[in-house]
Amino acid sequence: MLEIKNLTKRFGDRTIIDNLTMTVKDNEIMAIVGPSGAGKTTLLRCITGLESVNKGEFFWNGNQFDPTNTTQKDTIIGVVFQDYQLFPNLTVLGNITLAPTMVKKEPMADVKKYARELLSRLGLEGKENLYPYQLSGGQKQRVAIVRALAMQPKILCYDEPTSALDPALRDEVAQIILDLKKQEMTQIVVTHDMDFAKNVANEIQQVKQIQ
Amino acid sequence: MIQYIQEILPALLSGTKMTLSIFFWTLICSIPLGALIGLGLIQRFKPLTWLLNFYVWIMRGTPLLLQLIFVFYGLPIIHIVFQRYDAALFAFILNYTAYFGEIFRGGFQSVPKGQFESAKVLRLTYSQTIRKIVIPQVFKIVLPSIGNEVINLVKDSSLVYVIGLGDLLRAGNVATARDVTLLPLILVGIIYLALTAVCTIVLKLIEKRENVWR
Repeated sequence: MLEIKNLTKRFGDRTIIDNLTMTVKDNEIMAIVGPSGAGKTTLLRCITGLESVNKGEFFWNGNQFDPTNTTQKDTIIGVVFQDYQLFPNLTVLGNITLAPTMVKKEPMADVKKYARELLSRLGLEGKENLYPYQLSGGQKQRVAIVRALAMQPKILCYDEPTSALDPALRDEVAQIILDLKKQEMTQIVVTHDMDFAKNVANEIQQVKQIQ
Repeated sequence: MIQYIQEILPALLSGTKMTLSIFFWTLICSIPLGALIGLGLIQRFKPLTWLLNFYVWIMRGTPLLLQLIFVFYGLPIIHIVFQRYDAALFAFILNYTAYFGEIFRGGFQSVPKGQFESAKVLRLTYSQTIRKIVIPQVFKIVLPSIGNEVINLVKDSSLVYVIGLGDLLRAGNVATARDVTLLPLILVGIIYLALTAVCTIVLKLIEKRENVWR
């Protein structure tokens, strides 16, 4: 269970997030929705440690943690970016195995085996040795999901997962997210797409623009 | 004529050896140093970037010829004495590092911020990110500009004649002055062309290899 208490984030004298408290339960999909500019992505960036917060505490299963601290042993949060941000100089397999082998020092053979398993689960078998530019948008997104999953995070976060996809692929992502839920992955989805949020989420967190 | 060429060729080739030696050592030292300077130039620590910008300004803003003369004839006045060859290498490395530094700075800045963030959420350290993700991308971006400088360096190395080093140009010049014939200078030109042609081919091959990803 992820708890966020009294989170406040300001950019200069503009308050983006004001004293927000929220809880994401295990094995749940939380959608963060709201209009553009309301701070959805900023909230996600705070949770993923890409922005420091002005005030607020984060707890994982009751233990406080600092998302910006990248040296802790376990990965709590995994992220799938809006534009995926795959590493263009590495193959699909290279993208996936880089962090587990370098950060967690897991043996390459084990990581590769796990990566192949995840790839085939997401319908990407045979793509291991392609470079990102050779993939379609949907495939890139699935590689980004596998790359995040390979670090075995407790929570997987998505920033606007449907924004770059056509309607058919939108349903496909929804299916992937629901399948991951079956495998007990806790997920946070930032989206401006209310229909999509209602389809996948069991909890919806509204973010409103602060006047 | 063939006989004359055979006579002067050993002198020209020994000059070529000096030219190549300056060329390789300058490249081997300046490219990694330039990458470091480039990395320094994108840091947020202002005193560092000021210092590096000042260095780049001096090195790019004054003639390499002046720098050579300064190091070899100037510095001994304040009791810093270099051997001819060391003076040449020192000046060339300092000068080319500045150019490479600016090229690498541009390269580092064109790697999207998202790549750093993506690496950060995967918990890669800064040095892992630089080594595994940023440097390979930067290398590809800067390759054409580096290629330009490499070709320039082949020709710039002829400047070492002012401090009395026996490079290719000097060997040709000596032969022309002694024998009153154009042939040595033409041969010198041909050797420079051959050297730059080899560089061009090697650079093209490296670029081709880098094109497996985009």
